[in-house]
Amino acid sequence: MKHIVYKAYWNYEKEEEWLNSMSAQGLALTDYCWVRYVFENSEPGEYIYRIQFLEQRAKHPQSRKYIDFVESTGAECVATYLHWAYFRKKAADGPFELYTDIPSMMRHYRMIRAFWIPLAVVEYAAGIINIAVGTMPPFSLVNIVLGALVTLLGVGFTLMIANLTKKIRALKKRQLIVEA
Amino acid sequence: MPEAQGALTEAVFYILLSLTQPMHGYGIMQNVSELSRGRVVLGAGTLYGAINTLLEKGWITPCEGSPGERKKEYTITPAGRRAAEAEIARLSELLENGRRILGGEEQ
Repeated sequence: MKHIVYKAYWNYEKEEEWLNSMSAQGLALTDYCWVRYVFENSEPGEYIYRIQFLEQRAKHPQSRKYIDFVESTGAECVATYLHWAYFRKKAADGPFELYTDIPSMMRHYRMIRAFWIPLAVVEYAAGIINIAVGTMPPFSLVNIVLGALVTLLGVGFTLMIANLTKKIRALKKRQLIVEA
Repeated sequence: MPEAQGALTEAVFYILLSLTQPMHGYGIMQNVSELSRGRVVLGAGTLYGAINTLLEKGWITPCEGSPGERKKEYTITPAGRRAAEAEIARLSELLENGRRILGGEEQ
């Protein structure tokens, strides 16, 4: 039976935790698009899920090649969306991690951060322009509200960027002593 | 001898050791896990990045006539072998000093 859940996540690691907690309850993700998650019944805890940001869009040949590689190691790509890929592997086959050393983990976080930075800048710019236009005569409430919403989005992106920066810093510190 | 190289990561060192026989990605993952008795489990993302870097460096090379992209096999090159040997020399020094200084205290 299919179960459809609408949910939005800012943080892919929280999203991954949620998918794994759903899987523990016997609901295995089989498809995803924007805020729409499709689950199917499975044995509780049958699958481990991992979400990954791809350097290129999922349809790009370079990404296809990578997804193919991951699948050749016994994992399955259940969904892709823009730059994101959703993988799962049977828990019975042992632990499932995509990144197992600090340099590759840092690289992954850096790619995600590099993707969000221009978006945050665009949101702030659009917000400021709208608020500026709205507050100049003739005053426009629509522009002010729109500007405020867009700026808020920019703040959300900034918090995410700060969170990633914190993680990269922690890894850098760890890297001074160990490699994994 | 090539110029002194930095310490190799565990992943790279074990990948080089694995590729003394032709192997595809999943084979490397299984072999590394076996060699380290389950201690080193390479993630597919980490392994993919390492393979591409080693290919660029010319330390490994794709095997001729691999059966398709998916089961592409790789093998170590003479340069890769030299790098692994240099690493063994570096590790031996660590081991010798470690045993001499810490191991000696216990005796």
